[in-house]
Amino acid sequence: MMTTPITETSTTPAPAVQLTIRGLNFFYGKYHALKDINMDVYKASVTAFIGPSGCGKSTLLRAMNRMYALYPEQRAEGELLLDGKNLLDADIDLNDLRARVGMVFQKPTPFPMSIYENIAFGVRLHEDVTRAQMDDRVEWALRKAALWDEAKDKLNQSGMSLSGGQQQRLCIARGIAVHPEILLLDEPTSALDPISTARIEELIHDLKQEFTIVIVTHNMQQAARVSDYAAYMYLGELIEFGDTDNLFIKPRNKQTEDYITGRFG
Amino acid sequence: MNIRSKRRLVNRFALGLSLAAMSFGLFWLCWILYTVLHLGLSGLSLALFTKMTPAPGSPGGLLNAIVGSSIMVGLATLLGTPVGILAGAYLSEYGQRTLLGFATRFINDILLSAPSIVIGLFIYAAYVAQVGKFSAIAGVFALALIVIPVVVRTTENMLLLIPNSLREAAFALGAPKWIVIMRVTIRSAKAGIVTGVLLAVARISGETAPLLFTALSNQFWSLDLDEPMANLPVTIFKFAMSPFSDWQELAWAGVFLITVGVLALNIAARVFFREQAKS
Repeated sequence: MMTTPITETSTTPAPAVQLTIRGLNFFYGKYHALKDINMDVYKASVTAFIGPSGCGKSTLLRAMNRMYALYPEQRAEGELLLDGKNLLDADIDLNDLRARVGMVFQKPTPFPMSIYENIAFGVRLHEDVTRAQMDDRVEWALRKAALWDEAKDKLNQSGMSLSGGQQQRLCIARGIAVHPEILLLDEPTSALDPISTARIEELIHDLKQEFTIVIVTHNMQQAARVSDYAAYMYLGELIEFGDTDNLFIKPRNKQTEDYITGRFG
Repeated sequence: MNIRSKRRLVNRFALGLSLAAMSFGLFWLCWILYTVLHLGLSGLSLALFTKMTPAPGSPGGLLNAIVGSSIMVGLATLLGTPVGILAGAYLSEYGQRTLLGFATRFINDILLSAPSIVIGLFIYAAYVAQVGKFSAIAGVFALALIVIPVVVRTTENMLLLIPNSLREAAFALGAPKWIVIMRVTIRSAKAGIVTGVLLAVARISGETAPLLFTALSNQFWSLDLDEPMANLPVTIFKFAMSPFSDWQELAWAGVFLITVGVLALNIAARVFFREQAKS
């Protein structure tokens, strides 16, 4: 039998790593946007990226599902290890990767089709399911995204007919319906009112049981509320990364402290 | 005079000018519509839709021309629309910054502004002269060549209006590019694309020159695509130029039909666009 080493100072066991980032550099043409990023994203937890506009937090997020690959002038170098495989390798199937690493954007982006079809769209891309299985999957995803009660009677209505907050929850439902391992949220509440924002934050809290969540946010209170780990970035560099509580209560770095206490940014 | 009353004066002057410009344009339009209605309505009768184009002096209608025009416009639209949509989708989704895209767009713009008589002569030289006879299918080719650039242009413009975030959202679910284009991007731009097609149909409904050199016309009933086919614009041209008053009356009735048809198409396009934009 193995015993826990007594030298372990932390009260909680070391969390499992989902994604390992090593020596990541990112370029928009000649512009060096991310500089040697090294960190781990932990499983079944929420990792928040904070920092002033243009610091590279969205860029880092868009590297994780290789969204940047849509634009030929953008490129990433280094290692993004998911299950020991580098996501930046040329032989990675992008469609496959994006099924494993889902993403929800700043502005709600419902597709011009029914609520049901919005969710079925992604599932059909990766799986062969019967109509009954699809019905179950749509219900599951909508329940997970706390939208089922509001949407169950209008599954055949256009996704565009929902309110902004509902649309964003539909996008989350659509994202989790394909069973990703990681869900990337790029400022998911910045276009929403406070009540919708609160609902999404609750949702993030529930979802982290099953999914690893990475969120970019401009709102520091939000980062403090929803995340377990937080990373502060500035000018393309990772300044500080750690436990959200530690980062907010006793930041090790002066720059981080200045930012979270509102002295700049 | 203070600055406010000066502004008010300038405002009134500019407003007066634009009102005058508008009335000038509307005046001619109303006159045309009045003449068409006035002269066209008197030629309307049941015989117009049931009888063939007559010899001068005998009773008749425009049935063969109406059917011929419908067939050729319909086939040209069926032929030109898919080509136009595919080319427009290529330009917007693949050819934004490529040399081929640039060349295609440039040539399409030339085709878009080419006088329709040039298109008619081109089909005459390329098809009619080779085969050795005028035929309805040659007319369809000529009309399709007019449809294509209109549809290419509107499709590209409408697709470019679709925000990139919607495409990215579909890619983020792991959709390959062709599915993103077919199921999300084109679908989002559906209203605009359909409007473009309807406007292209309206445009070719009244084209005379491309048919004059291709489908010619036909005094008699014919559904054979390999033979000359009657059609409204050429019949109008022929009848209006003639010295016979009953032919001239039929020509006005034909003008009326085309005008009402094009008007209806334009209204349908607008209504459709608005309905789609609402949902």
